[in-house]
Amino acid sequence: MDTLAPVADRGGPAQPLLLATGLRKHFPIPGGLFGRATRVVRAVDDLTLSVAKGETLGVVGESGCGKSTVARLLIRLLQPDRGTMVLDGDPVDEPHGITVNELRRNVQMVFQDSYASLNPRLTIAETLAFAPKAHGLPANEARDRVRDLLSKVGLDPASYADRYPHELSGGQRQRVNIARALALRPRLIILDEAVSALDKSVEAQVLNMLVDLKKELGLTYVFISHDLNVVQYLSDRVLVMYLGKIVELGPVEAIYGDPQHPYTRALLSARPSMDPRRRTKEAPIQGDPPNPINPPSGCRFRTRCPYAEDICAKVEPLLADTGAQSVACHMRVPGSGHSKAVAA
Amino acid sequence: MSNLLEVRDLHVTFVTPDRTVHAVNGVSFDLKRGETLGILGESGSGKSVTLRSILRLHPEHRTRWGGSIRLEGDEVLDMGPRALSDLRGQRVAMIFQEPATAFDPVFTIGQQIAETVRRHTGKSDREAWKRAHDLLEMVRIPSPAQRLKAYPHEMSGGMRQRAMIALALSCNPTLLLADEPTTALDATVQIQVLLLIRELQREFDLGVIFVTHDIGVAVEVSDRIGVMYAGKLVELAPVERMVDAPQHPYSRGLLASTVHDGMRGQRLEAIPGAPPDLGEVPGGCSFAPRCKSVRPDCLSAVPALRDVEAAHAVRCVLAA
Amino acid sequence: MAVQSPSLDVGGAVLVVPRPVAGGRGYWQSVGRRLRRDPVTLVCAGILVVLVLASIFAPLLGLNDPYKTSMLRRLYPLGSPNHWLGTDELGRDMFARLIYGGRLSLFMGVTPVVCALLIGGMLGITAGFLGGKVNMAIMRVMDVFYAFPSVLLAISLSGAMGAGTENTLLSLTLVFIPPICRVSESVTTQVRGFDFVDAAKASGASTLTIVRVHVLGNVLGPILVYSTSLISVAIILAAGLSFLGLGVKPPEPEWGLMLNTLRQAIYVNPVLAALPGVMIFITSICFNLMSDGLRAAMDVKA
Repeated sequence: MDTLAPVADRGGPAQPLLLATGLRKHFPIPGGLFGRATRVVRAVDDLTLSVAKGETLGVVGESGCGKSTVARLLIRLLQPDRGTMVLDGDPVDEPHGITVNELRRNVQMVFQDSYASLNPRLTIAETLAFAPKAHGLPANEARDRVRDLLSKVGLDPASYADRYPHELSGGQRQRVNIARALALRPRLIILDEAVSALDKSVEAQVLNMLVDLKKELGLTYVFISHDLNVVQYLSDRVLVMYLGKIVELGPVEAIYGDPQHPYTRALLSARPSMDPRRRTKEAPIQGDPPNPINPPSGCRFRTRCPYAEDICAKVEPLLADTGAQSVACHMRVPGSGHSKAVAA
Repeated sequence: MSNLLEVRDLHVTFVTPDRTVHAVNGVSFDLKRGETLGILGESGSGKSVTLRSILRLHPEHRTRWGGSIRLEGDEVLDMGPRALSDLRGQRVAMIFQEPATAFDPVFTIGQQIAETVRRHTGKSDREAWKRAHDLLEMVRIPSPAQRLKAYPHEMSGGMRQRAMIALALSCNPTLLLADEPTTALDATVQIQVLLLIRELQREFDLGVIFVTHDIGVAVEVSDRIGVMYAGKLVELAPVERMVDAPQHPYSRGLLASTVHDGMRGQRLEAIPGAPPDLGEVPGGCSFAPRCKSVRPDCLSAVPALRDVEAAHAVRCVLAA
Repeated sequence: MAVQSPSLDVGGAVLVVPRPVAGGRGYWQSVGRRLRRDPVTLVCAGILVVLVLASIFAPLLGLNDPYKTSMLRRLYPLGSPNHWLGTDELGRDMFARLIYGGRLSLFMGVTPVVCALLIGGMLGITAGFLGGKVNMAIMRVMDVFYAFPSVLLAISLSGAMGAGTENTLLSLTLVFIPPICRVSESVTTQVRGFDFVDAAKASGASTLTIVRVHVLGNVLGPILVYSTSLISVAIILAAGLSFLGLGVKPPEPEWGLMLNTLRQAIYVNPVLAALPGVMIFITSICFNLMSDGLRAAMDVKA
């Protein structure tokens, strides 16, 4: 009998696999007298998201937008300052809910740096067996599982199990990282820039494998990336972040086909064109993303937004439904006070 | 019109006590003034090594060179220390992926640019400072007078990259070498820097060699694109030809495996396997082990880089 | 910051957790290969092995009795028959005393470092891995010890506890705990930042298991290298304490004490008086060079 069987579904297909409400994480910057924090990085601010069973939720944004912090909050490598999480109906880390360890049996993560995420002193087999053994799987069963995991990610167990990470190529290491994330048979995998460091030809191999694994094992993905093309390829729904806030959230067709927020539009048109006859003539927005230490008041995008008005500095726009997707922009809210606001 | 740069059969080999790496194995190309050549390749393809060879930036004691690099007729590989210093400071400029490493953290941006101008042109303090101001204006840094007094760490990544471009252009070079200068930047900033490089190149009639692993970026800036694999150019063509009709199986595979609009739901055409180890020189085509159109004669001899039509050269036995 | 003794400056030991190069099997094999190609380290290790073996098996070497005094044979010069390294101020055979002296001197050099390694290493790894308030508490206490120069600290501790071998060992151990703790803390903090530690945490393993499997293997190397370099300092400090009369008591042969008692002979036979110093010098430089060699062999980054 397998001691580490896959976790059974409880709430049925309609219940979100993971529901995070009002997540907030601020990092104090020590600096003042006696190491007292005088400033904070507002990495993630009151973020609410749900992940449906079997979907791939893409998260895009530029550096400093807090997407990696979201990943670490969802798997509780970081403790949120505020906010709740519910996994398939069970509140996490609360009196009547499940523990963080139980959350981690359901949720696993793949990191960007394939090298730093493998212990250089352990063989591939030792790395893969670590989690199952820590959960009490006997050595012989763990060995079987390692073999099974390696063949799942397309690596021949006989020739790879006893190698060290430095003897593998970047693509092979990332396959090992994915295998490790699968070791506890989780239901949700958070992929934090998991293919960003790979060469294009290898990236395609890994993307194909992720698609196959999802189908074969019935997985759910949260796919975090700065690469809009890859997110479009893989995701069912897309969440666009800017300075710790969601600016737009919706089905991939709506976000890419009919982006509503000025930031989403800018991001999309900043992609290189791939057509030498229709090169980009003008940058969609100027300047760099501001520092998340002191984000602008009101709408955080207003300092780079071509449509910014007084109202944007005064009132923070809330995420509002606009049909296909949700957008946090005053121009999409009837009667918001913005001159370009849609008619009521 | 004569060529600004002529690279012929360049070989670069790194020798360490542990191992020998044949990083570049016979690369040849020309570059005219006012032209941008994009060199596209994956990690370990030798694209950066080729670029750095033009400035001879590799450690001399463990690098073996072969072939020829001629800049306006002068052989770079034969240059003495004086000529080399002239070459690096004035004739050829280089920008890197990580601008933080190009600046000294203890001096302001203005001090560093002005110092470079002074050293290479002998201008006075005032003139050099004025030139630094103009350079920052030229790379579209807002409020340049203030920015001159800023330290590198006080600037954002995009601003630092612009400042590095200003520093690179401070002595009116004729050739600009760019080593993945936008890879570390965010998408909305990357496009700004790409457009800036394109503009400056036109304005100063620069020859530019732009090394990148990102096809989209290469297409956005280049007039011609060279694709490198295992230390060799496998295809060299005008950018339109490269996008419309790539001939080499590796170039095709690279384009097919790059995810872009409208590929959702399709299976990606990944190139199987991984690039070869550069520890030894292969007897045949380096790409043969991963190629789906491989034939027996691919393994017997290294295919030559042949013109399939004007200005379009391919290193493959299958190319017509 | 308080003034620190230069001999214990951790700043010189900014240890980088090594990333092994491609090629070759395990990490330690590649370290071994590099060591075998390093003649300086090999020679130093050879000298140390000879010294250690000679000290351990001193009674079996058929040496003269190191305690046997003779008023007639005082301060024989080097090269005398039967006493080829001469005799000391009480007529005892110098060669025998130098070899026997190695027993105490090496013991006094190695033991406090080993003890400090156990205690300081544990404290440092705990502080580094847990971080936060625990780190603050441990490291601030260490800083208090750090505020005193190591020589001064060793002298005052020995002075307070009185002369004798045990007290010397104790005071030297206390002197070496802070630097080892600090180095352990810094490498552990560095390793803790790697994603594989986060991945291990995300797997739900206990802290102890994570430290055992993922942290120890990556931090022990750098900590050991640093500790090796401290052995030479310990030998010199122990000798210094004995020289001041705070360490080993006569007539025990110990290099520092011998240096002290031969002081008067410096005008009569300076070469003879310098011999214990030469031994201290050779031993400590061998430990230092070997530590450098080890660090170079383990730092296989590029």
